[in-house]
Amino acid sequence: MAKITVNGEVQEVSLPLSLTELIKQNDVQQPDMVSVQVNDDFVDRTEWDGLQIKEGDSVDFLYFMGGGSL
Amino acid sequence: MIDFTEEQIQRYSRHILLKDVGVEGQEKIMQAKVLVVGAGGLGAPVSLYLAAAGIGTIGVVDADVVDLSNLQRQVIHFTKDVGRPKVESAKEKIQAINPEVKVNTYYEFLDSSNALDIIKEYDFIVDGTDNFPVKFLINDACVMAGKPFSHGGILRFNGQTFTHLPGTACYRCMFKEPPPTGAVPTCSQAGVLGAIAGMLGTIQAAETLKYFTGIGELLTNRLLTFDAKTMLFRTVHVKQRETCAICGNAPTIHHLIDYEQATCDLKNH
Repeated sequence: MAKITVNGEVQEVSLPLSLTELIKQNDVQQPDMVSVQVNDDFVDRTEWDGLQIKEGDSVDFLYFMGGGSL
Repeated sequence: MIDFTEEQIQRYSRHILLKDVGVEGQEKIMQAKVLVVGAGGLGAPVSLYLAAAGIGTIGVVDADVVDLSNLQRQVIHFTKDVGRPKVESAKEKIQAINPEVKVNTYYEFLDSSNALDIIKEYDFIVDGTDNFPVKFLINDACVMAGKPFSHGGILRFNGQTFTHLPGTACYRCMFKEPPPTGAVPTCSQAGVLGAIAGMLGTIQAAETLKYFTGIGELLTNRLLTFDAKTMLFRTVHVKQRETCAICGNAPTIHHLIDYEQATCDLKNH
């Protein structure tokens, strides 16, 4: 098991694990809409499958949030 | 140097008392020109606090009229204002709070044809809009014009905001392009707890005042999000993306884009 941080919270995951699989494990709603940072760098959607999570990685999911005026 | 009147010293005494603001900071606030896009949930608290703070000129852009369903959170509009243009209603309240504030109203939608012209008159822009096309438009126009702005979004029990200065991460660094129409709900579709607008809007107003007075650290290269259900606040560090289409090393966007507006709202559901 490896310890990583997802959205600021520590998670234990078993490796190997791709970013795509991590997104699935975390039940990210509308994964095609989410922006993902790994260790403070944005990762393009096309690289999700190939990116392997490592011990100590910090992953953030950023979501669209509209609203304000209407 | 402005010569403060007795009345001004009294009105702004709680600012002047602050060591970080003082007379000098208050003077900067009084010379500032701020554009508030959207006189709704976020624009309401932003405009009210900026007016109270003594911002010299406030521009308000909004093409809508006040609807009864707005009053649950858009605290700048009163029951008597239903049916009036929001910009007119907002101007009246701003000037009632502080007659010293000059108010410019734009009773129109911000789009690619007018955005740069309107924005260029202001020192700082506050995004209080309710839809992604205009959020991207404000981002792109501000990056092109080299203007700082505060981004804000709210949904259900959540809020999200960051501040952009030239050379720091922009909205497109975080989100490349607007979500497809209808893919992400807006407040009018999904609802929002009224006070969330106040929470997020007052953060945007505070950032605006911090910008002009140079106090502390702005929310640049940081995305602040909160969940009012748990009252957990979190800031995520974000970096300017070298490949960003508008602020990166080789920008591919050279003209403002009018993305398709969401056509569905609560009335149609």
